[in-house]
Amino acid sequence: MRVALFLTCVNDTLYPDTGRAVVKLLSRLGVEVDFPAAQTCCGQAHYNTGYRHQAEPLARHFSDVFGEYDAIVTPSGSCGSMVRELYPRMGERARAEGRDDGLARTLAPVVPKTYELTEFLVDVLGVTDVGAYYPHTVTYHPTCHGLRSLGLGDRPTRLLAAVEGLDLVELPGARECCGFGGTFAVKNSDVSAAMGTDKVRAAESTGADVLCAADNSCLMHLGGTMTRLRTAMRPVHLAEILASTEKEPWS
Amino acid sequence: MSGTYLGMPAFPAAARDAVRDTTLRANLRHATHTIRDKRAKAVAELDDWARLREAGRQIKDHTLRHLGEHLLRLEEAVTAAGGTVHWAADADEANRIVTDLVRATGEREVVKVKSMATQEIGLNEALEAAGIHAYETDLAELIVQLGKDRPSHILVPAIHRNRGEIRDIFAREMAQWGRPAPDGLTDAPAELAEAARLHLREKFLRAKVGVSGANFMVAETGTMVVVESEGNGRMCLTLPETLISVVGIEKVVPTWRDLEVFLQTLPRSSTAERMNPYTSMWTGTTDGDGPTAFHLVLLDNGRTDTLADEVGRQALRCIRCSACLNVCPVYERAGGHAYGSVYPGPIGAILSPQLRGTASEIDASLPYASSLCGACYEVCPVAIDIPEVLVHLRERVVQGGEFTRHGAKTTLKPARGHAAERAAMRAAGLVFARPGLLRAGQRLAARTRRAHPRTLPGPGRAWSATRDLPTVPKESFRDWWQRTQGRGAGPAGSSGTASGTASGTASGTASAEGRTDEGKAGA
Repeated sequence: MRVALFLTCVNDTLYPDTGRAVVKLLSRLGVEVDFPAAQTCCGQAHYNTGYRHQAEPLARHFSDVFGEYDAIVTPSGSCGSMVRELYPRMGERARAEGRDDGLARTLAPVVPKTYELTEFLVDVLGVTDVGAYYPHTVTYHPTCHGLRSLGLGDRPTRLLAAVEGLDLVELPGARECCGFGGTFAVKNSDVSAAMGTDKVRAAESTGADVLCAADNSCLMHLGGTMTRLRTAMRPVHLAEILASTEKEPWS
Repeated sequence: MSGTYLGMPAFPAAARDAVRDTTLRANLRHATHTIRDKRAKAVAELDDWARLREAGRQIKDHTLRHLGEHLLRLEEAVTAAGGTVHWAADADEANRIVTDLVRATGEREVVKVKSMATQEIGLNEALEAAGIHAYETDLAELIVQLGKDRPSHILVPAIHRNRGEIRDIFAREMAQWGRPAPDGLTDAPAELAEAARLHLREKFLRAKVGVSGANFMVAETGTMVVVESEGNGRMCLTLPETLISVVGIEKVVPTWRDLEVFLQTLPRSSTAERMNPYTSMWTGTTDGDGPTAFHLVLLDNGRTDTLADEVGRQALRCIRCSACLNVCPVYERAGGHAYGSVYPGPIGAILSPQLRGTASEIDASLPYASSLCGACYEVCPVAIDIPEVLVHLRERVVQGGEFTRHGAKTTLKPARGHAAERAAMRAAGLVFARPGLLRAGQRLAARTRRAHPRTLPGPGRAWSATRDLPTVPKESFRDWWQRTQGRGAGPAGSSGTASGTASGTASGTASAEGRTDEGKAGA
């Protein structure tokens, strides 16, 4: 099986540790992962801000870059849902606009092969205990696109619960959005900030020292809020917890 | 009090004030979370909820596809049952029709059943201008009307008010309009309800004209359906001599069999009740029982235009349950008034810009009043994919294009105020089309990382006023990968050794070779 890492532009640029963690985790599980260097951005920011037509070349580029792999793994529920849910919709809209099936046909192959990291671990590899060790109290925030678009369900928390040394505590109001929302964070910054503050306060109330999620965009918003609120908690991507072992602690 | 909300500031500015109003935040949080949790329990009781939801979606979609036929059938049935049907293309026409009908009775006041359609067209204001006073009789609408306020929620219009505020409004205002509030009124719910009951009773008994909307219209028999909790609706629908109902054309359902689905999903979604306390149904007029004259005003007011849009038309499935408002994190913090429409919350954010167009500042800002979290879609009993429509309307705002307005195809220009964003998106598109450019940008950002400020000036302040910026790493992932081909994956700056040492795997050949002090890597 040829497996490609679709890291996402945000992770590539700002959170390379998450990428390294995925590589380390998958290699520990016997999966050799490739990073096609031509990858850039899935187009989600364009699409969700109203620039669907400008997202189309990015989607085509994604398909060119990843089309030949058997599985495409991404440590982002949000970008994963862009490919899985919105690429087919882009194809349909192009058809509805009187263009041909070209876009739909170009994008179709990558859609079913794209897996969010926890889906790939649980569904494809069939593991929930990935041999990780992480001696911290952790609370998990299910980010919206992973939760509702991809339907990740309890995959992330099953993976976390199997981590040795990890004390998983429930986050009150876990299903509520953190307030990031892409350009929402700046277009409606007051509401976004209020949502972020409430999420951080809820996380603090658990007594956990780590707030975990499977989307660094949301964690960027929450982490930025945490340092401003001077909380003692840290935001950590799920992949980095799963990559951590007793011999090689990640963070 | 104005029902039209023109001149409202754009959503972000209106929401800012609400976010800072701690009383409002507390009222809304308490109320929305209470209803939200009760709804979840009421819905969970039904094993076939998902199928009811799907049935509701299909019935509405099928009805909307053949809307003209169903409306004509309805008109025929209502007329045969002794009612009169009027067709109103827009708010002005509907207001004119109702005003003329009331004038013809010689009455100067009407009692009203809670109705979104009449609020949408600003009927109370139109009647007032004609010297006719309209009394709202729903408890929450009464609070809003007495307080010279605006509704902030579809189902519970006074959700932004707490008991103390309601007591003050009753004590201060009731005397001006009829029976005063009892002396020494407290904020006990039973006392407040009794004060409203006594105040309203004299209006019910006096009124000769009732005005309502309808939750549903059953085409096969011409039957109107109003679903309510308080019984004030039943009073208004049965005691007056003349009854005028203003109903949006999308409220028609073909048969009683179709109605059955919605009578299950609406109460559970809105008030979290298995069944609402009062369901009033009437078909034209009946000798010796209830109003002797019945007028149905069928309201378009942008609905046909909305129907013409193949993505946006799903908004017309809405049965006004408010589940999307109660679950929305943005509504909870911004409050209903920020949406500048009688339809607040997620459904308002997709309805108002379609019914009214996106020409005004507030309407053009509504599609952005969402983090696209999808909680609204999840609870919607007719499966309106609100995030999908929001994104579709964002596209209309920034790109313009062809859409239908007043029944004619119109080419819309892109909205002003998005020039910088458009340029940024185009620039990002260019960079992302060329991995080399992306790499160059990442390296530039990495080289200058020490100089990056923690906060940003100008538009960037929207982020950094409340959140620190992330620190740009010394090396992007792609540079690290090029340098190491993925060998020796460990966190930046760690002395992590080769992955092969962990558990001996297929890629266990990886070693620390090629690993350098990453600070030296780069262009």
